[in-house]
Amino acid sequence: MHLAHYLGLLHRAQVNLADAFRQVADAHAEEPDIRHLCERQAKRCDAHAEGLRPFADRYAEDAPTEPDRLHSQLFTGTRTGGIGLLRDLQDLYLMAAECDIAWTVVGQAAYGARDEDLIALVKRCEGETAIQLKWLRTRMKAAAPQALVVAD
Amino acid sequence: MVDRIADPWGERTPYGPGQEWPVRVDRYLADGRTDADVDRWVQSASVLHSNGDALDIAVADGRIVGVRGRAVDRINRGRLDPKDLYGWQANHSPDRLTRPLVREGGRLVETDWDTAMGRIVARSKELLDGPGGWGHFGFYTTGQLFLEEYYALGVIGKAGLGTPHMDGNTRLCTATAAAALKASFGTDGQPGSYTDVDHCDAIALWGHNVAETQTVLWMRMLDRRRGPNPPAMLAVDPRATPVAREADLHLAVRSGTNMALMNGLLREIIRRGWYDRDYVDAHTLGFEELRRIVDGYPPRRVADICDVPAADVERAAELLGTSQRLLSTVLQGFYQSNQATAAACGVNNLHLIRGMIGRPGAGIYQMNGQPTAQNTRETGADGDLPGLRNWENTAHIEELARLWNVDVDVIPHWAPPTHAMQIFRYAEQGSIKLLWISATNPAVSLPDLSRIRRVLAKPELFVVVQDLFLTETAELADVVLPGATWGEKTGTFTSVDRTVHISDKAVDPPGEAKPDLDIFLDYARRMDFRDRDGQPLIRWTGPEEVFEAWKECSRGRPCDYTGITYAKLRGGSGVQWPCTDEHPDGTERLYTDGRFPTDPDYCETYGHDLATGAEFTEPEYRAKEPDGRAFLHTVDYQPSPEVPDDEHPMLLTTGRTVYQFHTRTKTGRAPQLDRAAPDVWVELNPADAARLGIAEGDLVGVASARGGIQARARLCGIRPGVVFLPFHYGYFDQDPHERTPRAANELTVTAWDPVSKQPLFKVAAVAVEKLADGRGVPAPAPTVGGSAPPPDAGIPPTVGGPAAQATSGKE
Repeated sequence: MHLAHYLGLLHRAQVNLADAFRQVADAHAEEPDIRHLCERQAKRCDAHAEGLRPFADRYAEDAPTEPDRLHSQLFTGTRTGGIGLLRDLQDLYLMAAECDIAWTVVGQAAYGARDEDLIALVKRCEGETAIQLKWLRTRMKAAAPQALVVAD
Repeated sequence: MVDRIADPWGERTPYGPGQEWPVRVDRYLADGRTDADVDRWVQSASVLHSNGDALDIAVADGRIVGVRGRAVDRINRGRLDPKDLYGWQANHSPDRLTRPLVREGGRLVETDWDTAMGRIVARSKELLDGPGGWGHFGFYTTGQLFLEEYYALGVIGKAGLGTPHMDGNTRLCTATAAAALKASFGTDGQPGSYTDVDHCDAIALWGHNVAETQTVLWMRMLDRRRGPNPPAMLAVDPRATPVAREADLHLAVRSGTNMALMNGLLREIIRRGWYDRDYVDAHTLGFEELRRIVDGYPPRRVADICDVPAADVERAAELLGTSQRLLSTVLQGFYQSNQATAAACGVNNLHLIRGMIGRPGAGIYQMNGQPTAQNTRETGADGDLPGLRNWENTAHIEELARLWNVDVDVIPHWAPPTHAMQIFRYAEQGSIKLLWISATNPAVSLPDLSRIRRVLAKPELFVVVQDLFLTETAELADVVLPGATWGEKTGTFTSVDRTVHISDKAVDPPGEAKPDLDIFLDYARRMDFRDRDGQPLIRWTGPEEVFEAWKECSRGRPCDYTGITYAKLRGGSGVQWPCTDEHPDGTERLYTDGRFPTDPDYCETYGHDLATGAEFTEPEYRAKEPDGRAFLHTVDYQPSPEVPDDEHPMLLTTGRTVYQFHTRTKTGRAPQLDRAAPDVWVELNPADAARLGIAEGDLVGVASARGGIQARARLCGIRPGVVFLPFHYGYFDQDPHERTPRAANELTVTAWDPVSKQPLFKVAAVAVEKLADGRGVPAPAPTVGGSAPPPDAGIPPTVGGPAAQATSGKE
């Protein structure tokens, strides 16, 4: 079955998101809430990736070869300034959204595979990913008027 | 006669549960005057702490000559805090600002009001011209003005300029109280009443050194403790404060770990069956999720995280879990620490699961640090909307638009109100170009002062400061406006337990100084703000008109003032909101029927994730179907953003002394108070001091990643690994050329709670080293309060002497 491929996709998406959260934390360290919360979210993503690894390994054993163009690149580095921050948060949002839908897909598959452990993992992690999306949206809403209408 | 410097709490008047707190009238008249020398007494209340004590101002020959407590008042029953007894003398200080100042060639020079206001208005109009003009304005106000002044300022900002960049230093003191009340109960508003002290059988003080911050409330607690059937007492504080010394159980938790403690206590109470299942089922939401999270905090784990004995966690849970009438009070040890809102919600959770709410003795004080902080929250001068409205609820915004007769979209509701730290960030980045600071002193009170000074000194930022004195902040301003103060103007203000007091004008302000309300109204007139019909937006001329307008704004909201008039407030005692036609005497306790204001159409917020501050949407909130139930929210413990490391191995916590208020703008100018605590000190545990080779009185350097200060060491009962600095000490009383760094906020970190946005003053990592030998001279720290040395230290006691003789009696 192909579940391993989506587990791998999600695993890599979580690793990439953790890395992107850390890059944004560093690039916008002068926004203390961005720095602290991005660092915390990076740890969340690490934990998600860690949780996925044993399932990815287990299902890899009876998976066919990985299909082409499974993975995508959503992040190519940070920017500076107020509008740069908005744009960086938007990248994080899209990356978190990729994880979010991948959790849904994996969750459905976990039911199909009748894998209780994987279902439990998905239940815990998809909620945390949803909060990441919400926080990014909240922070962008707060920043947008000043960054786009007021700042020089 | 009583020396209220030597004994800030005065004589005990013990009483038993359910009895009325006995009257004790405190008074202080200066210069040997007696009552016979007083021309008249003018009604007021305290603005030097948040208790809300009612007092009368003595006037003779057109000057204030003293004060006395109001025996009829429900809050203090005649008692006064030492800051109130002596602090009014600052009104007469020779260095009061009496004329406006403007910056000319780099210096501040005296000018007239027309010139000063002309400059502000010219700059304002220039900035307002063009799209996004509103975004260049920032207002940073205080917790010491009057309700009328905040409301006028709120209307100017939100309906006149249309800016969301308005906040107060209440962000530093009370933002978490508001956030926690909203999160748990649906709207702001303190459930309890100060009279809960009279009825309770247990008092829990969560990070609240009430003995020094609100001495009169502490007197009430001490009087219960000295009477029959005294309440049990629990203190959570890393310092050996007077509260901790009095308490039956003291948990000196490691700074930044309150959340683990709260989860652990809740777990114990649930597992031991000490919660009220019926109340939980009928009146709360989220119990199963709460239980799931707190289950991860057995006493052993809490003991490890908090560094307190596991047995003490169990004892605390038993004290809390077996009481019948539990009173909790929460302040900066929670609010200014890691996971502030979540930890404060933990206290609300405790009361909710035990059904300890809405009846005598079962009270919660989510405290305020400043006296009129409650009013900034109610009127919208801080990051809230007037009348505790929900900025995400279109109907609420439409109500305001109708009330003010302006277009809905003028009122900034399209993004959350900008909190103080973000206002300074926008000023730092340059998009806020005019920053108007009223009656507060961010150049001493905000974290990371070298950064704040850099922001305020930026030539592109036009800084207006409105204050009594040339504060450290005013020194950096472009225009300084001389304000009238308490005793020199009329207005109302509201204490933590929703009690509204009036403060009448007793004397004229000095020189050309003006009430803050007059300054705001003058600005509105000169700016010519118009409503939708082209009429002046603001037509008020005096405080009572503003109060009447505010009543309309509050109508139907939780803080309904419509039953209150100036006449009703004069002569008697304070009145607690909501006060309406149906409840003409006010309302002593909220939620007596277990119904909470969580209705989606009425609530003040749709809620936040406590770990990140992420906002929940209206549909998500509606889906919870709160139906008048309160919310049980908790999260897992997370370490602080800053924890000790090899370079900075100790934790700094900051706070107050009983003798000073805020940045000493007034108390530093009252001789008795100034002498009692004249200079900064640093508290060290004797074990840490011994390791570092530091003795009492030695000069010590304390350094963080932001900066360093020098202070003399007081060896006392703080927990090992933690150092304490009082936050009051700035630089105004030092020669500009001889200033040594001594403000605690040179060291503190720029970081804040994700929900309340309250800065984390309590968890900076620091290094401590000895700089010079004290040669046996003790630190300038009071021997009263949290800085009390061990009894055998041989340090002369702090006394006020003949100049501090006050009276205290039954009358």
